[in-house]
This record gives sequence, C-alpha cells and structure tokens, in this order.
Amino acid sequence: MTFFTHLGRYILMLKGMFSKPENPKLYWKEFMHQCAEIGIGSIGIVSIISVFMGAVSAVQTAYQIVNPFISKTIISQIVRDTVILEFAPTLICIVLAGVVGSKIASELGNMRVSEQIDALEIMGINTKTYLVLPKIAAAIVTVPMLTVLAMLLGILGGRLTVSLSGILSTDSYDRGLRELFVPYNVFFALIKAYTFAFIISSIPAYFGYYVKGGSLEIGRSSTTSVVVSCIVILFADYILAALLL
Amino acid sequence: MIEFKNISKSFGDKLVLNDVSHAMQSGKANLIIGTSGSGKTVLQKCLVGLFEPDQGEIIYDGISFTQMNDDDRKMLRQQIGMLFQGSALFDSMTVEDNVKFPLDMFTNDSQTTKLKRVNEVLERVNLVGSNKKFPSEISGGMKKRVGIARAIVLNPKFLFCDEPNSGLDPQTSMLIDQLIYDITKDFNMTTIINTHDMNSVMEIGDNILYLKDGKKEWTGNKKDIIFSENENLNQFIFASEFLQGAKRLRMMEEKR
Repeated sequence: MTFFTHLGRYILMLKGMFSKPENPKLYWKEFMHQCAEIGIGSIGIVSIISVFMGAVSAVQTAYQIVNPFISKTIISQIVRDTVILEFAPTLICIVLAGVVGSKIASELGNMRVSEQIDALEIMGINTKTYLVLPKIAAAIVTVPMLTVLAMLLGILGGRLTVSLSGILSTDSYDRGLRELFVPYNVFFALIKAYTFAFIISSIPAYFGYYVKGGSLEIGRSSTTSVVVSCIVILFADYILAALLL
Repeated sequence: MIEFKNISKSFGDKLVLNDVSHAMQSGKANLIIGTSGSGKTVLQKCLVGLFEPDQGEIIYDGISFTQMNDDDRKMLRQQIGMLFQGSALFDSMTVEDNVKFPLDMFTNDSQTTKLKRVNEVLERVNLVGSNKKFPSEISGGMKKRVGIARAIVLNPKFLFCDEPNSGLDPQTSMLIDQLIYDITKDFNMTTIINTHDMNSVMEIGDNILYLKDGKKEWTGNKKDIIFSENENLNQFIFASEFLQGAKRLRMMEEKR
C-alpha cells in the first residue's frame, strides 16, 4: 500500500470519528477509562524517566563546565531549559509512543481480528467514534499533564543530584532556576505536548483499527505504529521548533 | 423478509460472489450452505453491510439496504442481531456486561430493568448463574450461547449466525441449532445461518441456499434436499457412505 493510500485512509478515519454518540454517558465512561489507562497508567514510567533525565543532564552539564569564570548556577538554567524545551515533551512522548501507542494498536488490532469491531458495527455503533475518539481525546488531555509532571520531576531530579553530589547547593540551584526564565518556553513545550499526544494516539489507532490477519499481524502493526509515531514526532518536533522558536 | 438480487463481490481479481439472488423467508431458519471458500461469509457480511457488494441490491422488508444512507443503516442495524463464528465477545467484560451492552447503548431503561432483561435472555439460552464470568472462563459452547443472548437482547427482527456450531462437539452443536431454531420460531425472527454442518441442514433447514464457487447452485428445504438430484449438492451433503445410507433411509421414510 502506498504512502498516500495510508494517508487518505488515516484522514478518513479521523473524519469518521465525528458523529453523534448513540449514548453520551457510555462514551464519557469510555473516555474516563482511557484517561485512567493512558494518564494514570503512565505516571510511574514518566516519573522514573524524568527524575533520571534531570539528574543525568545536571551531572553532565557540571562535568562540562570547567571554566572558573562561569557561575555554576548556569547548571540549573541549562537543566531547566533542556528539560522544559526538549526532554519533557519530546523524550517523554517518544517513550509514551512505545508504552501507550503499542497498547492502543494491539487493543484495537485484537478487537478487529476477533470480530469485536464488526460486532459493534452490526449493533449500529460508529466504532471510530466509540473506540478511536476517546483514546485520542484522553491522550490530548493527559499527555500535556504528564509533560508538566515530567518538567517538575526532571528539574527536581537535577536538584537532588547536584545537592547530593556536592556540585551546587540547593539555594544556588534554586536561584539559577529563577534567572533568565522565559515563560514562553513552557507554552512552547505544551504546544509540542498537545501535538505529540495526537500523534501517539491517532497513528497507533489507525494501524490497530485497520489490521488484517492474525496475532502475527497485530504484533507487526503494533511495532510499525511505534516506529511511525516516533519518526512523525521527530519530524513534528523540528517543524514546531522552526516555526515557533 | 430479506431479498437480495444479483449480488456480486470480488476481492482484487478473485470473484467471490457471482450474481447471487435469493429471498430469505420471515419467521424461518434460512440456511446458506456450501464448502469452505464458497462465499457464505462474504454473502452474509454483504447482507449486514460489513462488506459493500460490487453490484446488486439487498432489500429488507421492501426497503433497499444498498441505497440507504448511514443514519438509516444505523437504525436498521438495531433490528439486526448477529452471532459471529468466534462469538466476538468483549474480552474485558463479564457475560452479564456483554449481554447488557446493547441495552446500555440503545435504551434509557433503569439498571434493574436492564438486568431483568439480561437474566431473561440468559435463562432463554440456558446460561443461568454465569453472569459474573469472563469470556476466558467459559467453554466454546457457552460463548456461543452468550453470543446468541447478546444478539437477541434487543428483540431483533433479523438474526444472522455465521457458522454457529464450528468448533463444537456434535451434541453441543445440536443444542445450539435447536436453540437458534426455537428462538426463531418463538420470536418470529428471520434467521440466516451460514453452515456446512449436515446435522443443521437436515434438522433446521426451512429454506436452504446452496452456494458453489460463489454461485447459487440450488435452493429448497430440508425435505427437498433428500430428493434432490443435483450432483454437486449430493456430493457436498452426502459425502460419506454413512450419509448416503442415511439419505436412502430418509427417502424411504418420506415416501411412506
């Protein structure tokens, strides 16, 4: 299948999601279920990665600053800006593409192969609205929250490391955090988080929804969806940086 | 009544259905029979709208299904129940939730009323006491019965069953056949069953359509099949010596 066939079918899937729900209560329940699955279910992995991400960037920055004329508070500024601008939105979303994306693709793929999607269609339910839309909406709501959490934990991870290893006092680290802070960076990071949330939910949903075959194909579509999501995230990251910075 | 005229469907170069026309009778068990790959499932999926036929017309109670818009199709589908070959139960839901799902989606009844209806249909398919079990905890025959319960919970006018006794032992197969037949008669449904099980054909075949290589080869009922001289049909139905003997016996009984 060519790239344009995939793109056309992907756009048609997105268009097909927007229809009147048969029973809004049930759709709301499904949306909340997905928020819990995607959001709360990913807190653990996001927390661990964020703390270590901040810690490593603090240590590596300190290692590279050898000039005694440069204030060490620059360490916290560099940690703050790299975490906010790149690590929290991009790295976390790439990890989530693996965690959440593969789950979405395999869940929908399994439903397709075992005819559960057909069963819903026969009942007169728009499966794109019932199965795909809540997943994308839940990702758009929860992934930016996870990104903000990653920013906070990344900066805290850096603070913990520099204080424990004696590189910098916590007071100096906190002072550095407040110096030359650009609030627009947080706004930019959130724009990226919303964009990536859409990518890591809609692309796996597409690959899972249209899977054909058996368990082997479900695994294959899950892997493909993660690879494609990661590539699209990196591409979108560059476009957004070029446009908004 | 469901009528279809000149239905053709192909996948790539392969023509799966070739100009098939037939009428499914109301309140009867209508069987579509044929060897594996003869186009039974594709025909049934065309009838319920999961596949679009390349040409031809499908008519439900005088209204053209092929020309309906999506909203009208959605309305009609609420009158359709379907039992899938693999049962297609929702893995993450209990038996009770599976059966209750169409009620949750399409009715505003109270939970008590819904549960009462769920218990009624579970009782009808002899599955009392399995409400809280998950599909992974029940046998293949029980899954089929849950599938039937879910298909009939909204009192549909049309019931479609795709190979309802595939993978089941002969005794359970007969129970499932009898259950579908009884439900058809009790609720005056138009039931369309895909099968290549000879017991089903001989026991519940009110109206039979035999497909061969995607073409309509023969139509009739379970009595006609005994006296049919269609060579392909006889080779398909009475494939073994044992079944040929059974045919001769049944012919003698019918003539008496």
